[in-house]
Amino acid sequence: IESLKMEPLADVAMLPGEERVIDKDIIYICPFNAAVKGKVFITNYRLYFKNTDSTPVTLDVPLGVISRVEKMGGASSRGENSYGLEITCKDMRNLRFALKQEGHSRRDIFEIIFKYAFPLSHGMQLFAFLSQEKYEENGWNVYEAMEEYRRQVLPNSEWRVTFINKNYELCDTYPTILVVPYKATDEDLRRVAAFRSRCRIPVLSWFHKENHAVIMRCSQPLVGMSGKRNKDDERYLDLIREANGTTKLTIYDARPNVNAVANKATGGGYEGDDAYQNAELVFLDIHNIHVMRESLKKLKDIVYPNVEESHWLSSLESTHWLEHIKLVLSGAIQVADKVSSGSSVVVHCSDGWDRTAQLTSLAMLMLDSYYRTLRGFQVLLEKEWISFGHKFASRIGHGDKNHADQDRSPIFLQFIDCVWQMTKQFPTAFEFNERLLVVILDHLYSCRFGTFLYNCESARESNNVRGKTVSLWSFVNSDTSLYINPFFTPESSRVLYPVASMRHLELWVTYYIRWNPRILHQQQSPVEQRYKELLAVRDQYLKKLEELQLSDSTHLTNSSTPNAATPNQHITHLQTPF
Amino acid sequence: EKHPDLLPGEVEFCSANPILKYTQDDLSQRGVFGTLFCTNFRVTFISDEKPQEKTDKTFKNKLYGENDIPLMCVDHIYGVYDEKRKLITGGLVKNKYPSKMIIHCKDLRVFQFSLTFSKEEDAKKVICLTSGIKCLCMYFVSAEMQWKQETVMFDSPEDWTQEMKRTKANCRLVTENENFELSQRYFLQLLLAVECLINVTNPKLSIVLTVNSTFTLTSIFFSFFFRMINAVAHNHLYSVKTEDLSESLPNIQDIQQSYNKFKQFFLIENSTDFWLSDVKWFSSLESSGWLDIIRQCLQKAVEVVECLEKDNTNVLITEEEGTDLCCVISSLAQIMLDPYYRTLMGFQSLVQKEWVAGCHAFLDRCNHLHQKDKEYHSPVFLLFLECVWQLVHQHSPAFQFSETYLTVLSDSVHVPVFSTFLFNSSHHRESVMKAESPLAQSGPLSCPTVWDWSVQFDSKAQNFFFNPLYLEKVKHDRAVRKPHKPKHQRNLSLPSSAFKTPPKKGFFKDETDSLKKMLRVKRLSRWRGSPDAPAATTREFFESWQHRPLDYHGLLLPCLDGPAVHIWMQRYLRWIPEVYILGGGSVAVMTKLMELLSQVQDLKRVLEQRDSSQAAKLDHRPYFQHRLLSFDSSGRLSSSFPFAYTCYRSFKPIIPTGLMQSLMVTDSLASQEDEASSVVSFV
Repeated sequence: IESLKMEPLADVAMLPGEERVIDKDIIYICPFNAAVKGKVFITNYRLYFKNTDSTPVTLDVPLGVISRVEKMGGASSRGENSYGLEITCKDMRNLRFALKQEGHSRRDIFEIIFKYAFPLSHGMQLFAFLSQEKYEENGWNVYEAMEEYRRQVLPNSEWRVTFINKNYELCDTYPTILVVPYKATDEDLRRVAAFRSRCRIPVLSWFHKENHAVIMRCSQPLVGMSGKRNKDDERYLDLIREANGTTKLTIYDARPNVNAVANKATGGGYEGDDAYQNAELVFLDIHNIHVMRESLKKLKDIVYPNVEESHWLSSLESTHWLEHIKLVLSGAIQVADKVSSGSSVVVHCSDGWDRTAQLTSLAMLMLDSYYRTLRGFQVLLEKEWISFGHKFASRIGHGDKNHADQDRSPIFLQFIDCVWQMTKQFPTAFEFNERLLVVILDHLYSCRFGTFLYNCESARESNNVRGKTVSLWSFVNSDTSLYINPFFTPESSRVLYPVASMRHLELWVTYYIRWNPRILHQQQSPVEQRYKELLAVRDQYLKKLEELQLSDSTHLTNSSTPNAATPNQHITHLQTPF
Repeated sequence: EKHPDLLPGEVEFCSANPILKYTQDDLSQRGVFGTLFCTNFRVTFISDEKPQEKTDKTFKNKLYGENDIPLMCVDHIYGVYDEKRKLITGGLVKNKYPSKMIIHCKDLRVFQFSLTFSKEEDAKKVICLTSGIKCLCMYFVSAEMQWKQETVMFDSPEDWTQEMKRTKANCRLVTENENFELSQRYFLQLLLAVECLINVTNPKLSIVLTVNSTFTLTSIFFSFFFRMINAVAHNHLYSVKTEDLSESLPNIQDIQQSYNKFKQFFLIENSTDFWLSDVKWFSSLESSGWLDIIRQCLQKAVEVVECLEKDNTNVLITEEEGTDLCCVISSLAQIMLDPYYRTLMGFQSLVQKEWVAGCHAFLDRCNHLHQKDKEYHSPVFLLFLECVWQLVHQHSPAFQFSETYLTVLSDSVHVPVFSTFLFNSSHHRESVMKAESPLAQSGPLSCPTVWDWSVQFDSKAQNFFFNPLYLEKVKHDRAVRKPHKPKHQRNLSLPSSAFKTPPKKGFFKDETDSLKKMLRVKRLSRWRGSPDAPAATTREFFESWQHRPLDYHGLLLPCLDGPAVHIWMQRYLRWIPEVYILGGGSVAVMTKLMELLSQVQDLKRVLEQRDSSQAAKLDHRPYFQHRLLSFDSSGRLSSSFPFAYTCYRSFKPIIPTGLMQSLMVTDSLASQEDEASSVVSFV
């Protein structure tokens, strides 16, 4: 009987494997309109709201996006719509619902949302493992480490592939396939691992085909208070330097100097001058995950639900969000510049999975046009972020109820923002468009795909993510036309240096303020629309010309062909008023 | 010895040599040696070095080049004396001889010259003339008046009649002021609203009151306020709201002060300054208040539009003189309402109507004479252009002209060649012209208007004025040029024939009736109840507009939320090499668009040629009437194109300096470990 009462999920098709859990009459307290009466549908994947009164409002929120559910008001609370739920989301919005005050009407829905939004805290599985979605392409095949290294002309006489980590014995947060200096033996690697935080030894991220300079990534050396040294580590870094005859290896420590020093207290530190004589150390002054988390929190405060009106610019400045973006970008510019001038670099922060991933992947994006293609960007994310162990599970908190977990931080979001800033500055250099970036961020939280689940490859392998879940890239690559930037002009050898000045950095309004209907409207791109229309016209003309040429040849044999009028018709019907 | 190529009528005054001109884009104090000349038109620097490569600029100003500063364009001159910098004013060089001269231009260029190598006497003379020149140099050319003809100048009754026909305005033209007997500060012709006849006895009275939904401008002296309202209210079916702009908007001194602060952020002298100011960039911009003034003006214009559009109420806007903010608000409202003013010719006609014929005191406001009396200076016209730019930026397909056009127009204000910006009023212009005429050698004095763009740019460069994104209105019947009838006039209940035969009921007829109406108007005029109220209702108005499908040929409203108001990057950042994005910026996209456009046009031509024999010419629509931009494909363009070229700079990234200055996160968070919970393994 219960199932009979359920109406079909109003407008939206449910995903294969998605199951309905509860429906309920509810009032959505929309911050942009007034309160909207309607019905909420909860499935094991999403929260869907549809209005029943005249205001057309729908919400389609994957439960994975939810970071926190709270009850607001009590049974005796006064005032209209004071009894209900408040849902905090990871994607820059909050949702408030009001219910009838009598009969504990919110108890069941609260518990169901709480359970299904945080399945891991309730001994349940993430939706990605329940989904039955099928796509033609298997997105898990997008990235094959060996294939990518081969694309970079690796291995070669200077660099070798090692399988030392095939059972995650050397480093449990690294992938199985690593590229290291040819002259470094596996034994060397083990000894270096002992001197690097979490055994994340310097390994190759990117190889410059012309000048043979490389980007290496790793974690901080375990120098400690006593200033320990490790001959193997020192020799290993020198091998990196020697590989292309770089006179001085540049080590980019992503942290501010003071933080690097402070890390000595907990056993970490940085490469000292005397120990690493052929290297120069540069601090890039990028702050840690906690600073970034707070910065984003401040940003949310000024854009949701209402955009700060009176002092927008100074409020924006006080969040420091764009300033952090500037630091990350300018760090990456320095890395890219150094490499393109022929010097090899080593990049690390504390553990080498947050700031390091940002810097190496952005530098690679600047240096290598392959990563600016739709496919290449997927490879870049798979390689630098997913396989090298950016702790997605901890940073995002998939299916976990501890919303205040100190490990959560928008590091990946910040990286995507940097990419967006680059696409803004170089609108013809990227094959993919802004929509792809938004989709990536949406599914970073949604738990619909396995791509961003877990902290590292070893955990993914033991949970058989490849076997049991669908990759985001299966979904994306099933309809690439949505994500193609029509202005893309491939320029293979070009290094992109964005301008890391506040004069050019912009708040990514179409992401951070996209829930605000006032703002969103303003941001559609007429240029893109116009360009696509023109492309259509061009194709029509080309087609027509082809047909005319064809009819010319038939004319020779058959003189009465009224064929030519047909393509003309096409053009007049075209909806392009110029 | 080198000499500048003088324009007709230009006279060389003096020169100094050798002068070192610092190259702006590096700090190394390097530069180019050359000679500095001062003429009656400009200061110009001529390099000793031969130009390395012929920079074949497609976008070149014929009157002045990159090393020329029209004297009127000089904003401030500073002398540097032992690391101390002092403003040089009034042609007086203090006893000491400056080692360096810095010139800030009104178009935001910055020049730095070292004077240490040249003769003190010569250099002093140049400085003296540059900073102290008071004569307005006009240079008289006989330009091909190709554009002028298309731009309605509003200097004859016919122009006004034509415009009223176009807008179906229900007005009557009054020519009593033809010889400036009534008012010197006003139009050649007075245009009076509907059939209201006002007994104009005061010569100072200046009225333009247009009470049709399309027209908005009114500016009168306060004493005539009620009489005007009365007349309008009495004779129209609609009520009238009045708005005194001097109460609700910043005054011209506020505008001046704000802009003075604002422009400082763009007069960058070196890289260090640039990066230092980068840190507090957003709050600096905000502290100038300039963007806020832009927002306020747009907001006010939206309020006016709301009255006309939603409430069918006429609006009377007033301010003390009625020639500053009245011009801004009325022109903005007309741009929002009438798509004709979003075409290039329409826009020029609007400027001509509301600003030139409307007697905006360009001479005083722009301070062309470098007067010290600061009271009258104010960049009101620039403020208007800023507001228009915001509209163009937000609704680009609605405008036929490009941002480059606006930038060039804003520069042209400071080129002392055009009659458009040289006078305080038509009367002023006529009297000056008359007085100067005998001095002219051949015939009456003619002075080009700024709309003679060929004076400044060749036709190729003029193509940059057109916006390739402009969505031209599809004309269903090409043969008959129907006068444009904007959508918002639909509800107008007055018959259009009223124009020809105005009903004879002046407001003098029925005193009691008009009194009643006056009272009603007074009540209505309290339309700004509390300061927050209008914003709220305008917001509603904006949102309801936003919910309708966007029609680029209909009503256009700006979004005024903080993130939607932008900086006019092209105008303000074009000379700052630190922000050049090589191969990027919107130029990159536009280039692609233009390439495709020309490709489509070529294809169309081929098809048409093939089709010409066949009768089936189905498609006659003027598909692409845009003029094509021909970007030189050689080398990558920078984001500051077409104003500055950076092709010759080394392809090195600019790495910000002084990054940590502001980001001293005092929070304990900063020192926290990334992984608070876990312990680093000691080995």
